[in-house]
Amino acid sequence: MNSAAFIIIAILTLGAALAAATLQKLMHAALSFAGAFVGVAALFFLLGAEFVGLVLVFIYIGAVAVLIVFTILLTRRDVGKDRGFNWSGVAIAVAVFSGLTWSILKTQSLSIIAPHIRALTVKRVGEALMTSYVWPLQCVGLLLTAALIGALVLVMEEKR
Amino acid sequence: MTPTLQIFLIVSGALFSIGLLAALSRRHAIFILIGIEMMLAAANLNFIAFWRFGPQHQPPTGVMIAIFSIAIAAAEAAVGLAMVIAVYRHYHTTNVDQLDQLRG
Repeated sequence: MNSAAFIIIAILTLGAALAAATLQKLMHAALSFAGAFVGVAALFFLLGAEFVGLVLVFIYIGAVAVLIVFTILLTRRDVGKDRGFNWSGVAIAVAVFSGLTWSILKTQSLSIIAPHIRALTVKRVGEALMTSYVWPLQCVGLLLTAALIGALVLVMEEKR
Repeated sequence: MTPTLQIFLIVSGALFSIGLLAALSRRHAIFILIGIEMMLAAANLNFIAFWRFGPQHQPPTGVMIAIFSIAIAAAEAAVGLAMVIAVYRHYHTTNVDQLDQLRG
């Protein structure tokens, strides 16, 4: 695993995520959100889970980011009005981050380097999905259908 | 020095905290959804990192959980954004501080 690539990807990911969380303009935040997910997908590639990285790019940048942009465009009229920022959220986030970092650094068994593994091919993922995980796969299909219908019902015009 | 598991967990913790920051401190509903998505991505990163650094089993469990979690996160994003649009239609705002009709 290449450490220079890791450092660059991690800095870009966290920078884009911070921009997505703090930028005032919604459209810029949505673009930074897509950038942050490109970074997370690159981290997945670095960890050897190429299939999950591709899935992340397809779903998040292809679907969720576009959906967010559509929602921003559909709810555009009050974009300028909310400049509110709750500073106690910053304190809570910093406290959570320092707690997590402290406990991760205290745990000795976590400072291991990556073992050599067999490459995770799409064939292996597909075999696992179609054998041991076939019922969860069906349930996820059902859930996605239900979510699709639910989203349609939610945004349907109401009859008065 | 190659990256250890610790470094990945710290990056994932930072991503989680940034998502928490977005979800807790922004007033706009879309920002809250963006924060929730970032927290879910941090959890997926943890799953993949533990799969990569842990003992290898034949069905790659960490990868499978990450794939299912991404699918569920996509469903959650679709329903959440539909709710934002429905709320905007009713109240003509997406500021969550003004949605206080149920407050006692």
